[in-house]
Amino acid sequence: MSFQPAEWRRHFPLLANHPELHYLDNAATGQLCEKAFDAVTLHELTQRANVLRGTYRLAELADAAYENARRQAATYLNAASPDEVVFVSGTTAAINLVAHAFGEGLKTGDEVVLSLAEHHSNLVPWQMLRERRGVALRFLPLAPDGRLDLSRLDAPISPRCKLVAVTHASNVTGAVTDLAPIVAAARAVGARVLVDGAQAVQHGPVDVQALDVDFYAFSGHKAFGPTGVGVLWGRSEALQALPPFLGGGGMIGRVTPEGSSWAMPPRRFEAGTPPIAQAIGLGAALDWLRAQPWPAMQAHTAGLAQRLIAELAVLAGPTFIGPRDLKQRLPIVAFNLADIHPHDVCQVLDAHHVAVRGGHHCAQPLMDRFGVAGAVRASFAPYNSEADVDALLEGLKDALRKLT
Amino acid sequence: MSDDPYQQAILDLARSADGAGRLAAPDGLASGDSPLCGDRVRMEVTLQGGRIDALAHEVKGCLLCRAAAAAIGRRAAGLDAAQLAALRGEVAALLAGQVPTAPSWPELKCFEPVRPHRNRHGCVLLPFDTLAAALDSAQGA
Repeated sequence: MSFQPAEWRRHFPLLANHPELHYLDNAATGQLCEKAFDAVTLHELTQRANVLRGTYRLAELADAAYENARRQAATYLNAASPDEVVFVSGTTAAINLVAHAFGEGLKTGDEVVLSLAEHHSNLVPWQMLRERRGVALRFLPLAPDGRLDLSRLDAPISPRCKLVAVTHASNVTGAVTDLAPIVAAARAVGARVLVDGAQAVQHGPVDVQALDVDFYAFSGHKAFGPTGVGVLWGRSEALQALPPFLGGGGMIGRVTPEGSSWAMPPRRFEAGTPPIAQAIGLGAALDWLRAQPWPAMQAHTAGLAQRLIAELAVLAGPTFIGPRDLKQRLPIVAFNLADIHPHDVCQVLDAHHVAVRGGHHCAQPLMDRFGVAGAVRASFAPYNSEADVDALLEGLKDALRKLT
Repeated sequence: MSDDPYQQAILDLARSADGAGRLAAPDGLASGDSPLCGDRVRMEVTLQGGRIDALAHEVKGCLLCRAAAAAIGRRAAGLDAAQLAALRGEVAALLAGQVPTAPSWPELKCFEPVRPHRNRHGCVLLPFDTLAAALDSAQGA
């Protein structure tokens, strides 16, 4: 299958309706693909009912669509079973779920290992667990280029370690984590591994069985699906070992005034009415994404990032955060322009119809490691083109003219 | 009115950096952080009879934040806590769309183009809030 960015862009209604927009904030939110939009619309118009409760035909249609979305997500992740897919509201909710449910079994002296590259979503829940359970947090350091320094894994991942929770790819540097040695080190001490996949899944299907991890979390809105939905994938035996996080309808086996028993996963972790339409939209998005020509699309977005990195070096003053080479790197480019504050750069770019994010990107420990308060970040998706890079560079030159 | 916040007046105000620095012996100080963008403002004050006698600020922040701090550095001496609260209310109202007929400080007018950019309002207000906290700290000392 051939790949043309302009053709791909036509599958995204907002972009099709706004040809002037240079949308480069894909690491925060990808645009909604028409397959997801159509699936949500079809569901709301023809199948809207609660799931896993009704015996009438409409509810059965909703059940079937919801469980089909679970199968679609499982297929995208190459999960062993759809029952390993828990629908949640997003990556943050998925990690909080594990921090509470897995954290219930931890005690003072146990350790959770993170890295300095983590998004706050994979840091703050563990800090809160530390407050609740007295566990210790240890951190994998960063190499100067922003990659995780994996040279001495045996120091932080000790026999006291019960869980390693790391990003699959940094939302700031784009560096992809080499998970294999981390998984090996965790297995050697009997620890579980959770991977924050929020930045990874939108750049191609993920094989959780090949990664050999225990938990994998991602968000629908970054994978060209709806907002308000995400996935916690958990290996069957890992999920079955967890108590529920939230209590309520749908997650029980039997309830009496004296107590309750729990449903099997995934329902044990889907208390209350789940994000039904959003899950159906996400399933449609993932099903469509799975069939795309990923090698060509990855080469395209890597080329855009490579060009931007090269052109930034020519502009006066940019400082760059992250690996300069494209090896194990996603098309996410973070930088500072002279001494101009990232928000001021972004505001000037907006006048050029260039949408990028500036700030600390919910990664303040990483910013501290690089000695900056924030950065401008351009993040590419396959619908981006050379014209988007052109507009970004013109805007940056304008910011230099205006603000220095 | 242009909605480009980077008018010459605001650029000049930020670049003036009036009041930037540290005081030798502040009566009170406070730091303020913007959770959105990580901007940080530090304000130091000395008081005389419950009013700001001298102040100094350090800003690690955007141009709008630096401009607001510079306006404070230029004009805030002599204010007491109630007057500062009223002024903060005036700035918030200006950002919300209420244009004062006669702003208390002429510099405030340059923040009008920030109005449509709601996520930037906090950048302008952070120095005022931090100064209020510094004043509280001095009065509690």
